[in-house]
Amino acid sequence: MKRRSFLKIAGLGLVGACGVPVAQAMARAGSTAPAPNASNGKRWAMVIDEKKCLTKSGCQACVLACHKGHNVPTMSESRHDVKWIWKEQFVNVFPERVTPYTPAAMKERPTLVVCNHCDNPPCVRVCPTQATWKRPDGLVAMDEHRCIGCRYCVTACPYGARSFNWEDPRPHIVGELTDYPTRTKGVVEKCTFCAERLAVGKRPLCVEACEGIGCGALVFGDLGDPNSAVSALVRGSELGRRKPELGTSPHVFYIL
Amino acid sequence: MLEKALTGSRGYWTLLAALFALVVVGLVTYLQQFAQGLGLTGLSRDVPWGLYISQFTFLVGVAASAVMVVLPYYVHHYKAFGKLAILGEFLAIPACFMCVLFIFVDMGQPRRVINIILHPTPHSVMFWDMIVLNGYLLLNVVISRATFRAERAGRPPPGWVKPIIYLSVPWAVSIHTVTAFLYCGLAARPFWLTAILAPRFLASAFASGPSLLILLALLVRRVTKFDAGKEAIAKLGEIVAYGMSVNIFFVGLEIFTAFYSGRPEEIEHFTYLYAGLHGHHVLAPWMWASLALSALALVLLLVPSLRRNESVLVVACLAVVGALWIDKGLGMVVTGFVPSPLGHVTEYWPTGREMLIALGIYALGGLVLTVLYKIATTVREELEA
Amino acid sequence: MYSVGKIILGLGVFAAAVTAPVWYGLAHGNGSPPELQHAAEGKDCIEPTAFMRARHMELLDSWRDAVVRRGEHVYIATDGKHHDMSLTGTCLRCHSEPSKFCVRCHDYAGVEVFCWDCHQQKKRS
Repeated sequence: MKRRSFLKIAGLGLVGACGVPVAQAMARAGSTAPAPNASNGKRWAMVIDEKKCLTKSGCQACVLACHKGHNVPTMSESRHDVKWIWKEQFVNVFPERVTPYTPAAMKERPTLVVCNHCDNPPCVRVCPTQATWKRPDGLVAMDEHRCIGCRYCVTACPYGARSFNWEDPRPHIVGELTDYPTRTKGVVEKCTFCAERLAVGKRPLCVEACEGIGCGALVFGDLGDPNSAVSALVRGSELGRRKPELGTSPHVFYIL
Repeated sequence: MLEKALTGSRGYWTLLAALFALVVVGLVTYLQQFAQGLGLTGLSRDVPWGLYISQFTFLVGVAASAVMVVLPYYVHHYKAFGKLAILGEFLAIPACFMCVLFIFVDMGQPRRVINIILHPTPHSVMFWDMIVLNGYLLLNVVISRATFRAERAGRPPPGWVKPIIYLSVPWAVSIHTVTAFLYCGLAARPFWLTAILAPRFLASAFASGPSLLILLALLVRRVTKFDAGKEAIAKLGEIVAYGMSVNIFFVGLEIFTAFYSGRPEEIEHFTYLYAGLHGHHVLAPWMWASLALSALALVLLLVPSLRRNESVLVVACLAVVGALWIDKGLGMVVTGFVPSPLGHVTEYWPTGREMLIALGIYALGGLVLTVLYKIATTVREELEA
Repeated sequence: MYSVGKIILGLGVFAAAVTAPVWYGLAHGNGSPPELQHAAEGKDCIEPTAFMRARHMELLDSWRDAVVRRGEHVYIATDGKHHDMSLTGTCLRCHSEPSKFCVRCHDYAGVEVFCWDCHQQKKRS
């Protein structure tokens, strides 16, 4: 047989052999769909009523519920802290509202901070792999499978809301693991407005925990629903937002 | 041509062996970081970028500075840069290569770096940085290979390389501009949020890069028969003088705007840099040293009789590289994070292992540079023999 | 010019070195496919075995994208049944010991999986 014919047949044979996996892949596979009880919001938002929150001195109910439910580790070095929701001193959260005459107790009062799920999120803008992105319902989502750990989003967030896993978090998780997947070293994580719970019609863990202790300082809902509690609060009175001058349009509102 | 790198003096092989040893140490240390995570660096929740990214930023400047030789020689036919050109191009290649390595070792999940290509994201500056940096590396390899082979054969470079050389000029400017854009588009970091960041980067690149090139050219003249020429060195010295003057002027502009406007978010970063904040001042002595070196360099560069004295020029160039390395490689990146968006002052200093990894990368770049320079100088010696 | 004996010896050494992993595996009892332990004997998987054997990773990747990136939680299998798309909640309910199922085959085939870095709800000691 001439060399050319041999090569032709070999080439065609190779192409044909490739057809087997292609045919397999094109064979019937299943399909996916949203859960029937998924929450459908147009624009998720949260209102934090600081006045109510301050009535419960030393309370960490929301923090514990969130961090337990999401297997957030307790790192031994504070420089490696991973936190999704926590309390900061008021002067660090709303510095523009502090004057030289503000008493120390007011300056230092514990103020809840979380990811603000901005309308115009700088973290999403800088992520080179779309490991963080803005969902149509307003949530700023996180895909830890895709994250390459470049920490550009951590650098870009004006609220310090994001945490990077500087080491393997699993040895630092206190107590039994819950069903939520843990993360691995080298990826970034943050508050997700409990996307996995919204997808099955439940509300965020922090909100439920706060209601559970009879405080109700955290109100969560859909701004696209004119009858929701958040809609009433946001449209009814003057609420504060963190660093509004930066143009991020945060969607965590504060009653101060 | 690569076989020219396989024969050399005792000194040459000793240098290669020493660099190789540093590379191995760095690699072993990196494997530890790969296994344990970036926690073995001095980085923190408040300071997520440090030594690796700052070295990348400094080296992008060195890579871009090749344009200071390419532009006069290939575009304006300034013949005196004839022998210097290959040294400049052969400096840009390991500089680019080290940039890529510094980014790689900084990644939390390096196995997934391919995601930047699998999921292209044009609205991310980092996406464009990857493109322009790798493109520039490719450009320099292609250009230096074509021009060097032509020179070796004693003929002019092929026609097709001309437009590529012209392309490399704006491309060089773009790599440092895009790197500046990584920083200066972030509203979260007021220290970097200034339109003059890119011009500052370019000015410091055009001072530190050619300074490094002068030092290397003089070293090469001492250990080989390759002489870039007195006129070329002198002209490069003038370029450094202009670059350094502009750079210091820009620093002055920044300081004026920050302090005269009185805005706390501008002032507090500069205060941390030069005086410290809340008792944290690890960078302050370095910054004052940088200012002193800059002043010394400026005097030595601006007085023509001093600048034209090659021994004095060596001191000036060392001062320039030292001052600007401190400014970009230590000060600039970390200060953007101090204080943090929540007002905390968390200091950063690289750990020993972090420095070993950085040293390993510098050694690998030095290895590539030594091999390339060996080839260039040996071929030139053979041509002139 | 050259010694035929040395060449044949060299080829022999090369062949031995290149096939060394095979000899090592056989010596350590890795010559045959591993015993897989199915925690829930008798129950059917969500798709036929042949499908899963060939395409389980493809399935898991599509679940990952559906759940994480689109917020969808329901998988409609080829037989029309609905399942929750969860590695922990669905797959591991039957294959509850990944070390006796997934890892055994993956070790044998030499294909690294790092799902268990995150999707394993029993803490490593």
